[in-house]
Amino acid sequence: MIEEEDIDLLLNDLFDLYGYDFTRYSRASLKRRVVRLCSLDKFPSFAELRYRVRNDPAYLKRFVEEVTVNVTEMFRDPAFYRALRDEVLPVLGTKPFIRIWHAGCSTGEEVYSMAILLKEANLLRRSLLYATDLNPSVLEKVRKGIFSLSLMKQYSESYIASGGTQDFSSYYTAQYGQAKFDHELSEKIIISTHNLVSDSSFNEFDLILCRNVLIYFDKELQDRVLKLFDASLGTLGYLALGTKETLKFSAVQNKFKQLNREKIWKKTI
Amino acid sequence: MEENHLNPTCEFLLIGGSAGSLEVLFRLLPLLRSDLPVPVALILHRRNSADSSLSDLLGSKTLNPTHEVEDKEPITPGTIYLAPADYHLLIERDRTFSLDYSEKVNFSRPSIDVTFESAAEVYGPGLVAILLSGANEDGTGGLIAVKRAGGRAIVQNPDTAQMPFMPHYALTHLPIDHVFDTLQMAAFINSLE
Repeated sequence: MIEEEDIDLLLNDLFDLYGYDFTRYSRASLKRRVVRLCSLDKFPSFAELRYRVRNDPAYLKRFVEEVTVNVTEMFRDPAFYRALRDEVLPVLGTKPFIRIWHAGCSTGEEVYSMAILLKEANLLRRSLLYATDLNPSVLEKVRKGIFSLSLMKQYSESYIASGGTQDFSSYYTAQYGQAKFDHELSEKIIISTHNLVSDSSFNEFDLILCRNVLIYFDKELQDRVLKLFDASLGTLGYLALGTKETLKFSAVQNKFKQLNREKIWKKTI
Repeated sequence: MEENHLNPTCEFLLIGGSAGSLEVLFRLLPLLRSDLPVPVALILHRRNSADSSLSDLLGSKTLNPTHEVEDKEPITPGTIYLAPADYHLLIERDRTFSLDYSEKVNFSRPSIDVTFESAAEVYGPGLVAILLSGANEDGTGGLIAVKRAGGRAIVQNPDTAQMPFMPHYALTHLPIDHVFDTLQMAAFINSLE
């Protein structure tokens, strides 16, 4: 049984020793992840997990990767991608150069989905996709662009549901149970570690996507991150959130207008 | 007095169900009083399309306000909440909901175990959890956590369930407080304070 106070101690260690601040993460989810990791890595007690985190920087990497959620997929919520195709990309296409930020991109399935949309809209050549996450190891997967071949059938169905008309398998090379996505897509992706909790704005973007990341933050941190996005968007830039996330009730909501039923907002001032 | 001691006030009612549970809810919801004194959350296995019409359909069966949970929404009495498709539903200490898109549990997202366990930590003896029809093991681990925290565990009578496996599995793994058919369930919920 892990007590609330145990989690507090662990979070203090993480901040004092390594500068990671998880104190404003949704506690219920975070605690569940810590309990899960304790059992996955067979720690006899919480104290031993804490000792390992404090004293083994190599284990810290695994800890951060496992307590944060890295579940993602290509073309998740096809209607969302259809809205990007039909309503957002035509507007972005009027710009000479397009900068897109995938904040908290995890292993990058959504970044590659976006790159495919841009290619099909003939915009990929003048686009750059910035993919950031706090976990260096997941970014390595983004760089490689290799995903499990067994998922491609499902991704292909979602791609078609999103309005895709090409043969989805033309975007990757299948090899040894893996699908490696084309260099043409990956060369437009710039990866970098970035912690939404502690790092500031680093560029001005035309579109920021941050889907199913804010649900892991408490209200106050959500608000702070939304301000960071506001500060990182150019005039008339777009912000896209997850299906169950909203700008409503946030400090920046008056500066944005929701496009349609999908969770896409346009910055109006 | 003894009765009161055994049945402390209910602060939160959870209902979990899988295959065959919608039919039960369609019969149960119209039987519930329109001024429920407790919040109710429904955790149902369903197709992971973003189809939110299920909450409208359930809402049409009751006068109590019914909607899909929004992230960080406060849990208020008298409201019937539906766990959104394809997210786990968690409960925070300050009695708000959190959503979570982590790995499936028991092949399910939302998982009934995840919500029952999370709510048990926060509500303890004030929690009542009901497990309905289903063909999956999800829910039993959650009911065990509810009982361990002092809450009450109820299952649908497997004889009345379209898919008896889920309530039956719970019955064989922990002491269940009540085994109810739909009418008994309605009477019990309407008597909660």
